Amino acid sequence: MSALLEIEGLEVTFGGRTAAVRGASLRVEKGETHCLVGESGCGKSVTALSVMGLLARGGHRFAKRMTFAGTDLLSLSDRRMARIRGNRMSMIFQEPMTSLNPAFTVGSQMAEVMTTHKGVSRADALERAVDLMRRVGITAPEMRLGQFPHQLSGGLRQRVMIAMALMCGPELLVADEPTTALDVTVQAQILRLLASLKRDFGLAILLITHDLGIVARVADRVSVMYAGEVVERAPTAELFNSPQHPYTRGLLSCVPVPGRVRRDRPLGSIPGVVPRIMPGFAGCAFRSRCSHADATCEREIPRRAAGAAHDYLCRLRAGEVIAPPPA
Amino acid sequence: MSAAIEVTSLRREFRVRSGMLAPERRVVAVDDVTFSVPAGAVLGIVGESGCGKSTLARLILGLLKPTSGRALVEGKPLLELDRRARARLIQPVFQDPFASLNPRQRVKDIVALPLAAQGTFSRAEIERRVARILDRVGLSAEIGERLPTQLSGGQRQRAAIARALVLEPRIVICDEPTSSLDVSVQAQILNLLADLRRDLGLTYLFISHNLAVVEHVASEVAVMYLGRIVERNETDALFRAPRHPYTQALLESVLTPEPGRGVPDVGLGDVLPDPANIPPGCRFHPRCRIAVERCRSVSPIPMVRGREAMVECHLA
Repeated sequence: MSALLEIEGLEVTFGGRTAAVRGASLRVEKGETHCLVGESGCGKSVTALSVMGLLARGGHRFAKRMTFAGTDLLSLSDRRMARIRGNRMSMIFQEPMTSLNPAFTVGSQMAEVMTTHKGVSRADALERAVDLMRRVGITAPEMRLGQFPHQLSGGLRQRVMIAMALMCGPELLVADEPTTALDVTVQAQILRLLASLKRDFGLAILLITHDLGIVARVADRVSVMYAGEVVERAPTAELFNSPQHPYTRGLLSCVPVPGRVRRDRPLGSIPGVVPRIMPGFAGCAFRSRCSHADATCEREIPRRAAGAAHDYLCRLRAGEVIAPPPA
Repeated sequence: MSAAIEVTSLRREFRVRSGMLAPERRVVAVDDVTFSVPAGAVLGIVGESGCGKSTLARLILGLLKPTSGRALVEGKPLLELDRRARARLIQPVFQDPFASLNPRQRVKDIVALPLAAQGTFSRAEIERRVARILDRVGLSAEIGERLPTQLSGGQRQRAAIARALVLEPRIVICDEPTSSLDVSVQAQILNLLADLRRDLGLTYLFISHNLAVVEHVASEVAVMYLGRIVERNETDALFRAPRHPYTQALLESVLTPEPGRGVPDVGLGDVLPDPANIPPGCRFHPRCRIAVERCRSVSPIPMVRGREAMVECHLA
């Protein structure tokens, strides 16, 4: 396998006051679905936006290394970045109206992506738009070209946004919570669609989600984020079968699983809340919520290997971490 | 003893226009719904967006008038009670605690408001009760002094629960109470709601699109589709042996954290339900895997089996 996207030691700060991402490393292979999982505020969306060069004003990124298909993203000018974005890598969001312009028809927005990046004629671009809309399961695509985003249902908008992201045949699709606002039935359809795109076009997907059910079902590999750090990385089955980091274990115990519910017992939960991390914070950020924490957790934490492609950030060696006692 | 909630042939229509010149359309959000919830039970209501579950909640809370039919709470029609009496009987907890808490008031004042509105409690009594309920939902006195914006999502939802329970109501309507929360916080709130129900003897109507959450908290579940309850059963029976094809598809859509199983094709197709355009016959037939000719023209009638089990399908 070869890396399509490689990030090492990513730091993102906002106004110098909040450390949103703290030394995160991430590697997305060609054609794989890589899930970045974590709870709100853990820095997963900020990581994605900094890859796309789309950080909000006041946001600064530093990294030891950030390459996309061999190109160094850190040294790219805004103009050259704009040539890659939407073209060789594109992004979809939870709320489709983030990327759809309410004032233009679906057809003109979809065509613009391709006439801008590939220099093809509008007619050819519209033809591809119809093709892709059909591919993502939109009925009557020719009719949709003339419609405005507000005339479409939520599920349809989501599909239009996905089709638009695919117009230029990207190698990497960054998907930030693409199904969170949808019903479970529509969610299943969209996730099946993403899986088929990966299969048919060799598309690599960096999927950002807080939903461990989605992670289990679609990911090849997983990175778990907590308070701006990637605290555990593993192939999917390994992460679910032998999670090492106490946070990963806690998170897995919180998920109610249909058919395995014990109503007489409380759900597992992680006490406390995510701490606010200021620049200069040292040691393990999870220690205030961790039942295994001791004084050594305030020092620098080693990254430990738990398998060939499985590592985690904790003072405890693999196997030493035991499941937290039921609450 | 009468049921905590009793709903009979409840129906609510809305008239909507999609544009200034577009013809007015009639949307039936809740269509002839009948059920009852015994005291101390938790009825979970599940369904997709637009199925009418939130309208049903608003009808039971007395926030909306039914077009026809009635909703009784502890045997009384809420619309005939005054607001104070209603507030002592039944309280809501909504999805987004940020939208339902006044951003300019301190948490303890927000929680005190229902007591103050009753006009029968002394200031000392109000303070005592607020302190007690804040403690009960796991908020410190220090958090009581803060504004909602200074709280985390989980703390805000605890504040909303404290406000709902401060008058010691018997019935709480929870409308997607954990949908905007992270999974670790969701677990804390679900455990809190379960403890409170047991300790205070509450009855819940628990609305959610998350089937795993409903399975965890509910003793009975009703499945809504386009304004009607299409299946109802005790939780274990419904999850073990769903009978309506829609219930089956919903359950199959749930992505459990089991790696390697992929995302199932539940066969619901691309026809999304439109409450302004309810299909003839069985309203689920355009998305149904097993529909036959009769389903396209003849509406199924509810078939009741046992005390609680009900399904509305020609083929179940």
